[in-house]
Amino acid sequence: MVIEMNEAPLQFVEYQKIIEPRSVKGRFRNIKTIILVLAYLVYFLLPWLPWSREVGPNQTIVFDLATHKYYLFNLVFHPQDILTLAALLFLAAVFLFFITTIAGRIFCGFFCFQTLWTDAFRLIEQKIQGTRVTRLRLKKQPWSSKEKLLKVGSTHALWLLLAFWSGLTFTLYWAEARTLIVEFFTGQAPFAAYLTTLIITVTTYLAAGVIKDAVCVHICPYSRFQSAMFDENTAIVSYDERRGEAEAGRAKPVKAMKSLQQRHEAGIGDCVDCNYCVQVCPMGIDIRDGLQIACIHCGLCVDACDTIMDKQGWPRGLIRYTSENALEGKKTSRFGVRTVGYGLATLAAAAVLIWSVVATQNLTVDVSQVRNPLFVVLSDGSVQNSYRFKFYNKTMKPADFNLTVEGIPEATVDIGKLENVHLEAGRGLRMFIRVRQAPSVNGAEKNRAIRFKLTPISGEFESPVYVDSQFIIP
Amino acid sequence: MIEKDPITGVETTGHVWDDNIQEFHNPLPRWWLWTFYATVVFAIIYWVIYPSWPVGSTFIKGINTITYQTDAGEEVTSHWNTRALLARDMQTGKSAMAQKAYLNEIAATSYDDIAKDADKLAFVESYGNGVFGEYCAACHQSGAGGVVGEYPNLIDDDWLWGGAPHEIETTLKIGRIGFMPAYEETFNDAQLTQVANYVLSMSGEKSDPALAAAGEEIFHGQTGGCHYCHTNEGTGLKSQGAANLTDKIWTIADVRGAETDEQRLERVKSVIHNGVNRVMPAWSSRLSDTEIKVLTAYLLNKRAGGQ
Repeated sequence: MVIEMNEAPLQFVEYQKIIEPRSVKGRFRNIKTIILVLAYLVYFLLPWLPWSREVGPNQTIVFDLATHKYYLFNLVFHPQDILTLAALLFLAAVFLFFITTIAGRIFCGFFCFQTLWTDAFRLIEQKIQGTRVTRLRLKKQPWSSKEKLLKVGSTHALWLLLAFWSGLTFTLYWAEARTLIVEFFTGQAPFAAYLTTLIITVTTYLAAGVIKDAVCVHICPYSRFQSAMFDENTAIVSYDERRGEAEAGRAKPVKAMKSLQQRHEAGIGDCVDCNYCVQVCPMGIDIRDGLQIACIHCGLCVDACDTIMDKQGWPRGLIRYTSENALEGKKTSRFGVRTVGYGLATLAAAAVLIWSVVATQNLTVDVSQVRNPLFVVLSDGSVQNSYRFKFYNKTMKPADFNLTVEGIPEATVDIGKLENVHLEAGRGLRMFIRVRQAPSVNGAEKNRAIRFKLTPISGEFESPVYVDSQFIIP
Repeated sequence: MIEKDPITGVETTGHVWDDNIQEFHNPLPRWWLWTFYATVVFAIIYWVIYPSWPVGSTFIKGINTITYQTDAGEEVTSHWNTRALLARDMQTGKSAMAQKAYLNEIAATSYDDIAKDADKLAFVESYGNGVFGEYCAACHQSGAGGVVGEYPNLIDDDWLWGGAPHEIETTLKIGRIGFMPAYEETFNDAQLTQVANYVLSMSGEKSDPALAAAGEEIFHGQTGGCHYCHTNEGTGLKSQGAANLTDKIWTIADVRGAETDEQRLERVKSVIHNGVNRVMPAWSSRLSDTEIKVLTAYLLNKRAGGQ
């Protein structure tokens, strides 16, 4: 048997070439920079912003795991408010879908922390090592070169510093920042603080400094299911192939191909094949190959192409945000089923979120009737039922309640020697409570629905709180 | 010299079979190899610190130790093992210390003050539930409702031996023997019926007035002598653990569970005929003073009035 050995071997994994994107100036670069600065200001400064509270830390945002309280501005969330978190996550998801159907992966291109941190890392790299050309030249130098060692070394040192500060800042959200930062550097912080900082530092350094674009292509699930959300009406970064290639394809602006008129006569498109759009791409793709999974729609190739078009004095927009329909000369429909559906889901999720925050019960009461035994007959013939109560006062003020029962007029609530139900600020309480019915009642139903009424005496509560239960007689 | 396969560019070992089958040299990835070496190092360190290899009938115990107290109060240092770890955790762990602090507070607080403190009551309720479940529930049932005729109900407001805190404490510590003599040889059936009617009448149950009047004679007279323990008013002597016959609570004769008047009468007669012989063991040797205090407070909180 003759084996053909000349074929190239099967390659299952395509090795990633390291991308060295060229810098570019333009609209989208400016937008990206503004978003980066704003996001960093918010992320790095928020833990330091003071916030006055009657009870609790004087800090804008604290996720206090030890006491199960999550402070956000004027709101305090408790583990019981899990619905709010669920609504928030659902809103985030459907809003993302909604935006994606309209404008593609602009979250990826402009807001995702992977993009932001990679961008910041590249800005550092560019400041120290210079432009793309100098970086490529530096790369070719041997490691014995002092310049290379110094420049690459200081880049990585600065990357690590930014990664560390990102990790430390993340940790500061979970405790009182002013106290923790002192403890952190004096070696007195909890082990969890060091571990969290270490993990975030390492992952930030690796994701933004080493793995970079591969995160978006191979790790992030969102790039994979984005294709389910795009349609012909979605505005995406696209290359106008009809204009760029025309009948005879693209060509460099040499000799008789310099003016638009000459090119159009020869059937040649407007693309001058300068490759600038490819060089600036942080994902290392060629947008002229059409929509592809690696594209994060950051718009840097638009900036690059616009720069060239401006230089040529030709109209902008050879690469632009546009829909597939528009490129084919069809009408772009803004209100497709998908867009409207995701839009409605977004509104619904926002409504649920607002409702869950506004309508949060500041007092949670759980009552379960003691079932063993269901009732007990007392010496005067009256019947007693017992109940286990669980209260949680979510307000930041202590509160007192008067506990009464409705549904059996002759019944009394017995809380023993306690004066009333006293709940400390932001704390829970469990109580064993008895209800007695006078012996004179005859012919009553064996199982009666009753309602406990908690009338506020002091604290932040105004209207009474009711909770249903039942009363059983022999 | 390193040979390379011309097509793939992969290093070869130089071994060739059948003219064109070559053995490539594809070493393990470095990261994998170093991770493997790291696990080897980890294992060796682990063997030194923790119990590891079996050797004959024993095993290498490792250098790590745990010190804890046995139930007898002896301090024991053993090689690292999860049972000792649990024992130490239950004695000096974070939760154990918090529980101890609570128990010390309970021990230092009067029953009256415990009843006025919702936080302490919540602790008494949860800790007491555990102690009660372990030692008391076998007879008195897990909800402390007891069994009529066998074990007293502890959540009503009728206490045979007294329901004041110190009385409950004493009952728990020294135990009780509940005894009523059998009247099978003293009373004939007519007398039994008369006394039973009187007993039913005392708590307002349906009874024959004539028979009850005759029964009253026997109850207060020398024939029955019931009043010695049950007192003239029928409210019972606490020092004897004698039942209060005037209230609505029946601890021995299941009058409440009877369906007919005859059955009700029969049940009372049966108790007088057979007598009562109940024993509650003493707990002072098995429970600490604090545990007894928690149990007492637990029962006080459960019963009517919560005092």
